[in-house]
Amino acid sequence: MERALTNFIRALRSSEVRVSTGEALDAARTVALVGYGDRPLLKSSLACVLAKSPDEKDVHDKLFDLFFARQSHSSSSQTDDSNAEDKESAASAESLVELLESGDDTAIAMAIEQAAEQSGLDDIRFSTQVAYYSQQIIKQMGGEGLQQKLLGALQAHTPEGEAEAGKLIEMRRDLTMKARERAQQSFEVFGRGETQQFRDEFASTKPLSSFEMADMDRMRALIQKIAKRLAVKHSRRRSKRNRGQLDIRRTMRANAGLDGVPFNVAWRQKKKDKPKIVAICDVSGSVSRYVRFLLMLLNSLNDVVPDIHSFAFSARLGPVDQWFDEMTFEKAMGKIIHEYGLGSTSYGQSFSDLHMNHMGLIDRRTTIIILGDGRNNYGDPRTDLLQEFAARAKQLVWLTPEGYSLWGTGDSELPKYYPYCTQMSPVSTLRDLERAVDVILSAYA
Amino acid sequence: MGSNVKTGYEPMTSIDAITAGLGEVGYISTREISTAVFLALGLRKPILIEGPAGVGKTDLAQSLSRWLDLPTLRLQCYEGLDEGKALYEWKYGKQLLYTQILKEKLSELIGDADNLSASLGKLSSFEDLFFSEQFLESRPLLTAMQQDRGSVLLIDEIDKSDEEFEAFLLEVLSDYQVTVPEIGTITAKVPPLVILTSNNVRELGDALKRRCLHLYIGFPDHERERAIVRARVPDVETQLLSQLVSFVQSVRDADIKKRPSISETVDWAKTLLLLHANALDEKFVRETLNVLLKHESDIATIKPKLGLMVREAVGTDAKGRKASGYPDIS
Repeated sequence: MERALTNFIRALRSSEVRVSTGEALDAARTVALVGYGDRPLLKSSLACVLAKSPDEKDVHDKLFDLFFARQSHSSSSQTDDSNAEDKESAASAESLVELLESGDDTAIAMAIEQAAEQSGLDDIRFSTQVAYYSQQIIKQMGGEGLQQKLLGALQAHTPEGEAEAGKLIEMRRDLTMKARERAQQSFEVFGRGETQQFRDEFASTKPLSSFEMADMDRMRALIQKIAKRLAVKHSRRRSKRNRGQLDIRRTMRANAGLDGVPFNVAWRQKKKDKPKIVAICDVSGSVSRYVRFLLMLLNSLNDVVPDIHSFAFSARLGPVDQWFDEMTFEKAMGKIIHEYGLGSTSYGQSFSDLHMNHMGLIDRRTTIIILGDGRNNYGDPRTDLLQEFAARAKQLVWLTPEGYSLWGTGDSELPKYYPYCTQMSPVSTLRDLERAVDVILSAYA
Repeated sequence: MGSNVKTGYEPMTSIDAITAGLGEVGYISTREISTAVFLALGLRKPILIEGPAGVGKTDLAQSLSRWLDLPTLRLQCYEGLDEGKALYEWKYGKQLLYTQILKEKLSELIGDADNLSASLGKLSSFEDLFFSEQFLESRPLLTAMQQDRGSVLLIDEIDKSDEEFEAFLLEVLSDYQVTVPEIGTITAKVPPLVILTSNNVRELGDALKRRCLHLYIGFPDHERERAIVRARVPDVETQLLSQLVSFVQSVRDADIKKRPSISETVDWAKTLLLLHANALDEKFVRETLNVLLKHESDIATIKPKLGLMVREAVGTDAKGRKASGYPDIS
């Protein structure tokens, strides 16, 4: 049974529940304490030891049910284990047919379980391997013999042979289904997590522009994950350092009871700024796809950055936060595109709208994020306004979907804006986006 | 547990015993909670409890100590909490006072030394006197280690403390020992039962989480909440109890900012009792809603639906005595 626990922990790890060696040992001690007998008790005990957040607990509970439902087959009849093994080693066609004919579900399940172990089913990673492993299981159980027998029966060309063959085909189909089911189950336990990781890895380096609406659910999950990662990194309370100027007043007060002898020294501390973000997004044509991801990420970062103001523009600029409060993200996105996405892009006009109506939002702790390609339709770029924003804000970060080689081509004004930006970088994948936001938040550390 | 050492943890023999024991002191436990407590004792690990405010996280620790008759050492965490407040501090004032008083005595003692190094040698032989346990002001963590029969150490709202403090706790929580540089390492005679609570103000570090058993206490289901209110407010009538719990449960499902927790249900039950209500009706609910909901906007959200929700809550009364007794205001 130790093996079962190790496998279970491996399954957890592949589903992104981090289990350290120490915790694995704790799990073993837990099992020693509560035993395998009482499944619900074991489940809640292991959940306590192995899962460290409500999310992880959900994963744990789901995996536990999947995993130990299977285990119960092999353990329910552990007493005649040796017996079963004998049967297995002589995995001839006869015994397989006999076994299948007997219709003894437990015995069949046990035999499948044994074959699964022999064929190394627990190493399964991808769903495409299910078919392979189910074939392996059947092979282990003596499937080739069955095949031979079936061929023999078919070649006999007699009515009895036909009947026999029909029966054998039926049996084989039944067995195949069971083996597949078993392989699928193993994939659910061991493979799904890893497949997910693989897909996430792939998705985070895929160009943002090539995401279809169908991928949105995965993207949303992925962005949540990124937001969580950033939140963990940046929600760390900014540590106060015990150095700087001596705070005489506080020192005197603290030591009044000690006859004024300064045992406890208090230092003047500088308060760290809390992040405040003003996001200005170009929602015209091609850039709007990127806006979706940035806004989604910023909205998920609520815990770290409570103070976010987002604006959208193409011809004119306006605030969009209220829609995110009122409706679902997708609906709000639709509304934004509908309200602001029409008309020819004018960075100059939008800057002047911001300057006129929302200048109060920009102060020395504000980060301005501008997401846009800087294509101004040959209008006045109003670099003077951008310069004013930059002077007033803590930092001004320009994210653009276009690569370096396109900056300044045609009506792109990026090179003109470049000198005023703290940072101007192309963002084409989720990974770029995460890095950019990470850098922005790091400025407040 | 070494059987020769008499500890206060002995009643905790099984999970059922824990549930029953907590029940005696008025804490309605669940299987998960009891399991976690049992494992905490068996594995010698602290329990980290997460969950919304007011679901009985802190209360678990206090109930445990009441049941086992052990002292509770409570350490309320806040920003800026440091070792001096949590572990120990030197009694500077007392040290200072003693040096002043002993000044003459000291000069007397040193007096016969004829050179500087000899007097320094003499002086250094007294130094340990001032840095001994006599001058040690022990704070909750150290006090918990010093209990003979064990204790319940409650580290409340750990998420409010700084990260440095969290790191500092690691030694205490994994080895049940603390190091005082001047004295040495003090190891707990009987390890305390440690309970940490968190409201998730910030994400706790992995290192801390790894050292703890994780327990999530969420809002209770209908049955458990009824049992809890019954235990806290014994005078409340069965019918009213089941109605008010149904109502609270339906309020929790609504889209509001701060969902009422058990403590609010208990307060509300007390309020209704004071008003001599023997069944839920809309007028009473409307007047006392502010006990249950703490945000103006939440009250505004619930008010329009109040009539319906009250009627539904009353309707769920299993006794079926719905129509006759109370007027149907809508």
